[in-house]
Amino acid sequence: MALFEARGLHKRFGHQVVLERIDLSFEAGSLSGIMGPNGAGKTTCFNVLTGRYKPDRGSVRFDGEDITGLAPHRIVGRGISRSFQIMNLFDEYTALDNVVIALPQVRARGFSVTHALDADTEARDRAEAVLGRVGLRGRERTNVRSLSYGERRALEIGVALATEPRLLFVDEPTAGLGTSATGRLAELIRELKRHTTIVMIEHDMRFLFALADRISVIHWGQVIAEGTPDELRENPWVRRSNLGGLA
Amino acid sequence: MDYDVKQTTAWITAPILLSFAVFGTLPLWIEAVGLYHYLGAEVLIWVIFALGYNLLLGYTGLPSFGHGAFLGIGAYAFGLAQFEVWPNLWFCLLAAVVVTGLFGAVTALFLSHRRGIYFALMTIAFGQVFFFIASKWTDVTHGEDGLLNIARLPVDLGVVALPVTGNVEFYYLCFAVYAVLVVLLWRLTNSPYGRILRAIKQNETRVAFVGYPVRLYKWSVFTLSCAVAGLAGGLFAMAQEGAYINVMSLQWSGIIVLMVLIGGGFVSFWGPVLGVVLYFVARDILGAYTETWLLWFGLMFVALVMFKPQGLAGIWQDIARRAVARRKPVPVAATGAEG
Repeated sequence: MALFEARGLHKRFGHQVVLERIDLSFEAGSLSGIMGPNGAGKTTCFNVLTGRYKPDRGSVRFDGEDITGLAPHRIVGRGISRSFQIMNLFDEYTALDNVVIALPQVRARGFSVTHALDADTEARDRAEAVLGRVGLRGRERTNVRSLSYGERRALEIGVALATEPRLLFVDEPTAGLGTSATGRLAELIRELKRHTTIVMIEHDMRFLFALADRISVIHWGQVIAEGTPDELRENPWVRRSNLGGLA
Repeated sequence: MDYDVKQTTAWITAPILLSFAVFGTLPLWIEAVGLYHYLGAEVLIWVIFALGYNLLLGYTGLPSFGHGAFLGIGAYAFGLAQFEVWPNLWFCLLAAVVVTGLFGAVTALFLSHRRGIYFALMTIAFGQVFFFIASKWTDVTHGEDGLLNIARLPVDLGVVALPVTGNVEFYYLCFAVYAVLVVLLWRLTNSPYGRILRAIKQNETRVAFVGYPVRLYKWSVFTLSCAVAGLAGGLFAMAQEGAYINVMSLQWSGIIVLMVLIGGGFVSFWGPVLGVVLYFVARDILGAYTETWLLWFGLMFVALVMFKPQGLAGIWQDIARRAVARRKPVPVAATGAEG
């Protein structure tokens, strides 16, 4: 059975149906891609899968358990985390502190009033290791606002990673990145894939087709195609819409 | 705007000791500078209130504009506990804290999922609701007359009971409460809990998405802040020897915001202390010259918000940073110095 399964998800805002009968399933150890034109409902789909919005109908199961409509923090507690398309960091904190706060061991003592994080060398070591993985070694003490755009993109993933998820949702990681930064990010994702199941929304088709094991195409709030990158290259709709043109 | 990122494991720090030295010796010199002992007690009571309030405003970024109501509830609770239950200082203060904390906890249920302007408007609404209940429920609160003749209960230490009817003795009671509270609040704001509150101020959504129950944190900090307001209210009832409705008004709820902002509550733990001292000193010194002192205080507030929104504490931090930079001419790293 798949690690993560969504069945028949519906979501509407007012009269606008944003998601309609979405079925998705992600296998453990795989990297799944989600693609589709702007406004197709990809990010909304992420928001429903990670607890930001409750679906109007349908179910979401993770590791055999029903997690439909759970609050975001409970979903994180089950082992799912996400990064954001629009950067969503703690701007007044250093890179290190952004990651520290996301560590499970810090979360477990969130109501502690005697513990002191700056004296917690174990938490610091772990956070430094996470920053090392996303390529931010040496930038630990830098304030988020002083990081470059590309570094903040990497930190965005680092914060999600720090929660030690079994399933990581990544929303458009290459948004706004140049070619060399995109190349480094591809390396990073390839490395993460070895340990973590990943689901990624991506507009950069070359990037997505090179990394993903399976890809789902969402359009008009529905999954209109699903398959391996090779299968999708042959898919008439994908060819016609030129979404796969670069691949 | 946020605090220094660096957190400390210390329970007692140099600024805490400095505040003990200043407030601890205050009765010895306050008359020499032309002020009076009662003012010292008033300052400490409002400092306690303001430190608790800043947990919400400065640390969590939740602007409550109805907090005066909780100071008032604490004062009434203290008086009623004294008249109706048991006229013992510790019991009555505890009653003020617990009752106000309960009012805060119930109010917070309606507030903990709101933020920004909606949170602010809801706090005004609740503040007004409590104000009108206090003014109309005359059987309990005695309405506009207030609860009169609340006694300054002696400090019962088991073997001896120290009277605090005099202003100097009463001042030292307030100082003792301040001393305990300031250490506890310092630890709280330097703990993981404090770090998460500050993260909620910066980015509530992300805090939820790294796994924290944000509503529970907001609910708990509101309740805690109200409990501290209740403690201040209990002392206030003793200071005034009565509990009156005026502190529950919208105006006084606004003044606490003013004090905390002018002092720099957003950038320093000590901002509320500076702000309260400035307010009361301005009231008494400017007030000696002109009846329109609040106008001048208001203008000072406007000027600070326009030119130095980090308040008095921000000005102090600038001076300190410049002094450090002068001593060692290495350029101060732009990173991490924020705050």
